[in-house]
Amino acid sequence: MTSPLRHLLGIEELSARDIVQFLDTSEVFFDVSRRRVRKVPTLRGKTVINLFYEASTRTRTSFEVAGKRLSADVINLSVSASSVSKGESLLDTVKNLEAMHPDVIVVRHASSGAAHFIARHTRAAVVNAGDGTHEHPTQALLDAFTIRRAKGRLADLVVTIAGDIAHSRVARSNAILLRRLGAQVRFCAPRTLMPVGVETYGVEVFDDLGRAVEGADVVMMLRIQRERLTEALIPSTREYARTFGLNARILERAKPDAIVMHPGPMNRGVEIDSDVADSPRSVILDQVEAGVAVRMGVLYLLAAEAGQSPLS
Amino acid sequence: MRIVLREGRVIDPASGRDEVADVVIEDGRVLRVGVGAAGDAREGDRDTRVVACNGRWVVPGFVDLHTHLREPGLEYKEDIVSGTRAAAAGGFTTVCAMPNTKPVNDTRAITEMMVAKARSHGVVRVHPIGAITRGQLGRELTEMADLKDAGCVAVSDDGRCVTDAAVMRRALEYARTFDLPVVQHAEDHALTAGAQMHEGAVATRLGLKGWPRVAEDHIVARDLMLAASTGARYHLAHASTAGSAALLREARGRGIRVSAEVTPHHLTLTDEAVMGYRTACKVNPPLRERGDVDALIDALADGTLDCVATDHAPHAAIEKDCEFSEALHGMVGLETCLALLLDLVRAGRVAPGRLVDALTSAPARAFGIDAGTLREGARADVAIIDPDRVWTVDARRFRSKGRNTPFEGRRVTGCVERTFASGVEVYTFVDAAEVAR
Repeated sequence: MTSPLRHLLGIEELSARDIVQFLDTSEVFFDVSRRRVRKVPTLRGKTVINLFYEASTRTRTSFEVAGKRLSADVINLSVSASSVSKGESLLDTVKNLEAMHPDVIVVRHASSGAAHFIARHTRAAVVNAGDGTHEHPTQALLDAFTIRRAKGRLADLVVTIAGDIAHSRVARSNAILLRRLGAQVRFCAPRTLMPVGVETYGVEVFDDLGRAVEGADVVMMLRIQRERLTEALIPSTREYARTFGLNARILERAKPDAIVMHPGPMNRGVEIDSDVADSPRSVILDQVEAGVAVRMGVLYLLAAEAGQSPLS
Repeated sequence: MRIVLREGRVIDPASGRDEVADVVIEDGRVLRVGVGAAGDAREGDRDTRVVACNGRWVVPGFVDLHTHLREPGLEYKEDIVSGTRAAAAGGFTTVCAMPNTKPVNDTRAITEMMVAKARSHGVVRVHPIGAITRGQLGRELTEMADLKDAGCVAVSDDGRCVTDAAVMRRALEYARTFDLPVVQHAEDHALTAGAQMHEGAVATRLGLKGWPRVAEDHIVARDLMLAASTGARYHLAHASTAGSAALLREARGRGIRVSAEVTPHHLTLTDEAVMGYRTACKVNPPLRERGDVDALIDALADGTLDCVATDHAPHAAIEKDCEFSEALHGMVGLETCLALLLDLVRAGRVAPGRLVDALTSAPARAFGIDAGTLREGARADVAIIDPDRVWTVDARRFRSKGRNTPFEGRRVTGCVERTFASGVEVYTFVDAAEVAR
């Protein structure tokens, strides 16, 4: 089984069927990472280039581990933004990589739409590993994968996403995916961090975290970055923690079996209290584990030969 | 040599004419206009050229108040020759060149160089616009008397807004001394830092930082107050919001001396055109929403927005073929302007006479330029329009060096068939399909 999709640029371009196919395929790979020999020959002879223009530990490592466990040749290219300004254009970089015949280019870039741009200029499959404030599709897939494992389904769940929605590609990709699979989505943030026109995602908007969490099945907290202070978007991390931070008292208002998620890296004591992050209800490390399986699934669906089975 | 434009629909708002008539041109001037003005002139008469204009509109050559000719300094994007050829192809016989060149046109010497180059090599007339402030930095005023003497018809820091209210006030007062219109690019840069497109649901979807309407509206509101208190001639460049239109309408109602322009793209495209990260649609001010477009069309129709201007902004291919955040703002506009706007006429949104007025006599009046009419004795700047001709926008055939159009491949109706500048035919339409045959 191979996907008709050439690239994974965003959840926006995926149908509910495509999403389920990614999730189901990833289930096949989940156990590979728990075996004693954590490697299958599926993508032997394939080349995956991780092209990272933004610092990332978790995502880059996750893609690298996923590629290697599939036996692909994985090349990591970390390009710092400062060298870009002096160096060659993204178009020339892509043309040069193209000349080396990669099968997959995994790209993280600070500019929204960069993955789309690359996809227009390469024959390789392009995986968007986060573009600006646009999308982070593999994060949404691994989040959905984690929720589905914990709850058995996605439809009709109430998912609260709280934090810096305005600057979050994770919130965008998650909202689209969860809505497409029938979940209810709530967004909660101070108005300075809530983007204009967010209602078009079909989400409910809340100003109060307690009310946003009321009866939720899933509470997903987003990282707040320190730049938001100098941009006059929030006055202090202290006030942010007091009004929009998740603590045990607020979490009590969620369903008794609600799970807590965070895409990382966490600011403990700011958007999430340590006792919540480390509680049995936290699935934050499950998300990381799911990340490898989901990225194996994505690489397989985009790069495997037609008829190639997942595990051999 | 006499040129007879026979039996076209002559639309000349400046003289109140809209009738099927003849236009007789001699020695670069309009000799006679009217029903039967051609007398019995026929093709084959000695020293007479007869152009049959049946089914065509015969209108004054268009006047563009907002053109980026890119010379001096940015000739890889456009120059005075290619830019004026593009103008002629769009029916424009007068273009006003914005000063954001390299160096900025903030001194007499640069203006003189542009005027001289345009006189010797330009295909249509060029009037430079000088900067309001030195280097367009928003601080010290330029030598406006010198700029005017050298040929500038207005001042503008286009691309940059004069955000400092004190500087804007002094600029208006000083420009008033010399009766120079002050052209404002209304954008509070503090509200648009890092902005890539209009702030709205589409920008949120695309993860692009938004340019809110209020960044334009509050500058316009402030400027109208300053214009009222100084009595200066204020001209608003490229209005893009419903708010700007409402503010202008209210100000005109109070008798404030203002003029304003709107571009073809703000009249025809919305922010949804950006979807897919189409850098050709990245422009400043940004493409807005349907409600804004409708308000702008209504304001053009009722004369609140008295002028159409293209904001023709050519860029090199590599400046658009890149990630969206790196792409430069702007699109070419001279060669597609008319066809796009005729859609508004056909839809009954804008009267033909109003459209022609907005492209000819209204802009000429706004900047005090002697152009934009077919009155007897006027310079024979004429565009002949076939309003029904269907053609396909093909950027490779543009006269402009810029290929950055969002209308590539679009089937459009209505074309500029011929353009005369001072009685000389400077453009003739050739159908690509016919060439292919």
